Amino acid sequence: MLYFVARRMVSALSVVLVTLIATFALFFVAPTDPAGAICGERNCTQQRYNEIKANLHLDRPKVQQFAEYTAGIFTGRDFTTSGVTQHCAAPCLGFSFKNDRPVTEMLKSRLPVTVSLVAGYAVLVLTIGVFVGSMAAKRRGTLGDRGLMTSTLVVSSVPYYIVALMVALYLTILYPILPRGEWHPPSENIGKWFAGLLTPWLVLGIYSCTSYARYSRGSMVETLSEDYIRTARAKGLSDRVVTYKHALRSGLIPVITIFGLDVATSLGGAIFTEKIFGLPGLGVLVLDSLNSYDLPVIMGTVLVASVILVAMNFLVDISYSLIDPRVRLT
Amino acid sequence: MSTPAPEDRKDSMVESAAGESEATAAAKRGPSVATRERRQGSINPSGETPYLVVEDLAVQFPTADGLVSAVNGLSYSVPLGRTLAIVGESGSGKSVSSMAVMGLHDRKRTRITGSIRLGGDEIVGLPENELMKIRGDAVAMVFQDPQSSLHPLYTVGNQITEAYRVHHKVSKDVAKKRALEMLDLVGIPNPQRRFSQYPHEFSGGMRQRAMIAMGLVNDPKLVIADEPTTALDVTVQAQILDLLNNLQKEFGSAIVLITHDLGVVAEMADDVLVMYAGRCVEYGTAEDVLANPRMPYTWGLLESIPTVSAANERLRPIKGLPPSLLNLPDGCSFNPRCPYKDRVKGERCTTELPELLPVDGAGAHTARCHLHDKATIYAAEVAPRLS
Amino acid sequence: MSDNNTVRKVDSVPSGSTAKDSGAPLLQVRDLKMYFPIKEAAGLGRTKKVVQAVDGVSFELKAGASMGLVGESGCGKSTTGRMITRLLTPTAGEILFKGTNIAHLKERELRPFRRQLQIVFQDPYSSLNPRQTVSNIISTPLRVHNLVKKGKELDRVQELLERVGLNPEHHNRYPNEFSGGQRQRIGIARALAVEPEVIIADEPVSALDVSIQAQVMNLLEDLRRDLGIAFVFIAHDLGVVRHFCDQVAVMYLGKIVEQGSREQIYGAPQHPYTQALLSAAPDLGTIRGVPPKERIRLVGDVPSPIDPPSGCRFRTRCWKAEDICATQEPLLEPKAHSSAGHAAACHFAEPKVDLTAATA
Repeated sequence: MLYFVARRMVSALSVVLVTLIATFALFFVAPTDPAGAICGERNCTQQRYNEIKANLHLDRPKVQQFAEYTAGIFTGRDFTTSGVTQHCAAPCLGFSFKNDRPVTEMLKSRLPVTVSLVAGYAVLVLTIGVFVGSMAAKRRGTLGDRGLMTSTLVVSSVPYYIVALMVALYLTILYPILPRGEWHPPSENIGKWFAGLLTPWLVLGIYSCTSYARYSRGSMVETLSEDYIRTARAKGLSDRVVTYKHALRSGLIPVITIFGLDVATSLGGAIFTEKIFGLPGLGVLVLDSLNSYDLPVIMGTVLVASVILVAMNFLVDISYSLIDPRVRLT
Repeated sequence: MSTPAPEDRKDSMVESAAGESEATAAAKRGPSVATRERRQGSINPSGETPYLVVEDLAVQFPTADGLVSAVNGLSYSVPLGRTLAIVGESGSGKSVSSMAVMGLHDRKRTRITGSIRLGGDEIVGLPENELMKIRGDAVAMVFQDPQSSLHPLYTVGNQITEAYRVHHKVSKDVAKKRALEMLDLVGIPNPQRRFSQYPHEFSGGMRQRAMIAMGLVNDPKLVIADEPTTALDVTVQAQILDLLNNLQKEFGSAIVLITHDLGVVAEMADDVLVMYAGRCVEYGTAEDVLANPRMPYTWGLLESIPTVSAANERLRPIKGLPPSLLNLPDGCSFNPRCPYKDRVKGERCTTELPELLPVDGAGAHTARCHLHDKATIYAAEVAPRLS
Repeated sequence: MSDNNTVRKVDSVPSGSTAKDSGAPLLQVRDLKMYFPIKEAAGLGRTKKVVQAVDGVSFELKAGASMGLVGESGCGKSTTGRMITRLLTPTAGEILFKGTNIAHLKERELRPFRRQLQIVFQDPYSSLNPRQTVSNIISTPLRVHNLVKKGKELDRVQELLERVGLNPEHHNRYPNEFSGGQRQRIGIARALAVEPEVIIADEPVSALDVSIQAQVMNLLEDLRRDLGIAFVFIAHDLGVVRHFCDQVAVMYLGKIVEQGSREQIYGAPQHPYTQALLSAAPDLGTIRGVPPKERIRLVGDVPSPIDPPSGCRFRTRCWKAEDICATQEPLLEPKAHSSAGHAAACHFAEPKVDLTAATA
């Protein structure tokens, strides 16, 4: 177990490092010109251009830039702009080109929004999605099963952003049945936090629940035909115990695998959700900064996203070993 | 176990089918069938009072291609302390019939008619919650492949105590004590440690022992063993067969052993029932069926097995393939493969289904075949080839 | 684990590798080994262990003969078969086919030998590609080895189907349209297509029903008789092996423990394991009034090949085991009382008769 954790840490760090290098390379080595973007097109003198470049350390060798950037994450660094020195504290991801705020600070305020959103999504798909799928599997072939599966197919064939837009428009604005999407930090008012996120959760969660219901149904149908399920029935266990104790535990394994692979997609889904419901999350941040070539912000967001991804996969692996004793954490 | 109240028998297809068969039975059955049942149903080849009585059992599955009659008109009985081996090839209905005794078929996709009585109580048509009380308690099952039949994600101890606690309202500790006792009884060394291990940490033979411990934990009156040793190695198979024999002596339960291996039958069975295409074709004591068989299919089976003690003669396989259950041949189901059908006068083999009749005019050894000089043919032609 | 001396050849092998001498074996296997490495976690590090699936197996096969490899699961019999057909590359040892060592040949050099060494698998359901017609399955090896002229392929396929007892008109069907026994015939036809000299039959009938099993056994016997194909017949069913093989090698945990002719192995087995196997095989003879004289019941299961017992690998289940068995590995060698060609790897080998309910 200890060995497993150590090994996973190493591999997690290397994934983050590779992401770091890749984003760095993409933005700084690729033919974009951040200094030009900041300087603007009209009254950009060569001198001012060079000054900006020097301030951003863009005139230094790429490797050195990368080393400085990485070192900044651990030790912090100082930036000097036009004689004024700004200190950027320890997990330093640089300053935003656009509004000169430290990227770390911007991310800090945005991260809880996205994490709340994704966590709620995970809870919804892994409970409702799996439960609905199991029910359908237990009653496979019946009208209820077919109806359920057809409706999930219908739902998942409509693009997500259309569903989200329609819900936002009709159910929260025109006919305000559901609360509007808003962000309140849970530390301030947990009730408001919940109310503000309810609609985004429901939309993102229920939309994805349909595909999770399908996965779980498939997985459960397979599990229910296993020999050991027959054994469980032969013991005299009730159908309920057989389905939700014996079959579900095995049936969950492939669903969790898919979930692990799906975390990245759900982060992508979070961008739409945040945009549509006006939540100040990472997704919106990255969209905005993409529009304005705000490279430090983009890099910071990508980095944080990769950390989230690695952490989620770590959790998935842990839960594997909890469900299946044959999976030795090695 | 209680007999179901009549109002319980209404709501499912299985039950209505069973009800119908009882109501209209007398009208539908011909007189000869009725006499056969009287002979067959309650009298065991041993003459003892049976615990399990199966009468005129039919199991049908409606499929897209039509109604599949997996079991047809099957009757047998097993007294406590005796072992009945049901022999047949894949698709003969041997497993399907025993699943019916356990009530394990999917009710929505199966029609079960006829009668299955345990200690005198009818179980065909019982509602699911009544059947649940019988399963694992009065009747237990040992399955073929212990690898796939034990839940891979629960400890062996957990699975055995669960089986005990379904039918006994006891604390976990009491159940654990019982489970440890059972593990010890089936010859698993170091039960304390084994109790908390998972099936994948057991060897094949140990898994099957654990499976047997789980089956016997409630001291069942009837044990159905479905190919219990097919997935095991020869030396382990011998151990498990010995174990089943010894446990039967100790527990005195009735055993229904389902197998395709006539060698296993010879080692285990008191009575033997041979099935072909969903029907019983020969039934009698093990000595009757194996040493004095009276049905060409049984002859064919015996002639086609290479045994460890046989010399290197050419095997005499049964020609052709078993028929599709969707499209059974007219007359005797075995007729397309039977080398003796020319010896029956007329077209009887291809037009008339032979009845299961006593081979010597009376007695408990029955066979389903139109040949009338079976004993002579066996003695003159088949027996010499077998030794 | 084993030094090179542990396995001695039973028959003296003619020196030189000219296979054309009459009487020279078609196939010689010498000290064949297959170790599979596995990784296991141990504390903070990992230990590498090996599964000694096959550990020093030697035997030979004459043209047209049939050699039976018997044993329980994990004894290495199938691995041996796969090495001989070079589906696996042995860790060590020699496979001499007509005098050429094919054990470590490269794929290109191996090709002519592949044609002559064919394998028939156990499971006729999973070993045929469900998306190819029977004709396709059988003619692929014909094309790969350039054995028939273009346009004549179908004739050859139909000829082969007829040979294995299938309707030649069914060449356009798919495997799922056939029963288990028929599929096994297709598998045999595929092996026959390239006119092999040796067929490795890996449990060819154990997935089949009794009545069908006999049909396939008879087919294999016809092929051996009519086409002079030699067989390495791998099975766990002692009855089937007795029926089909003139030479028998009994394997246990990667080693041959006893080797000899059919009569020697079944009539007077010397190794305790062989005796236990024979005694454990359920036999119809009992019901016909010829019970065997003695019943031997082994305790426990086969130990793991990852960490096999020291000395004699069978000692943990053997009723004859003494101290020497743990320290000194018994050699596979003829014993004082052996008849020619009979060898057993046991310190306390002695023949036992009447273990089966034989009437003859």
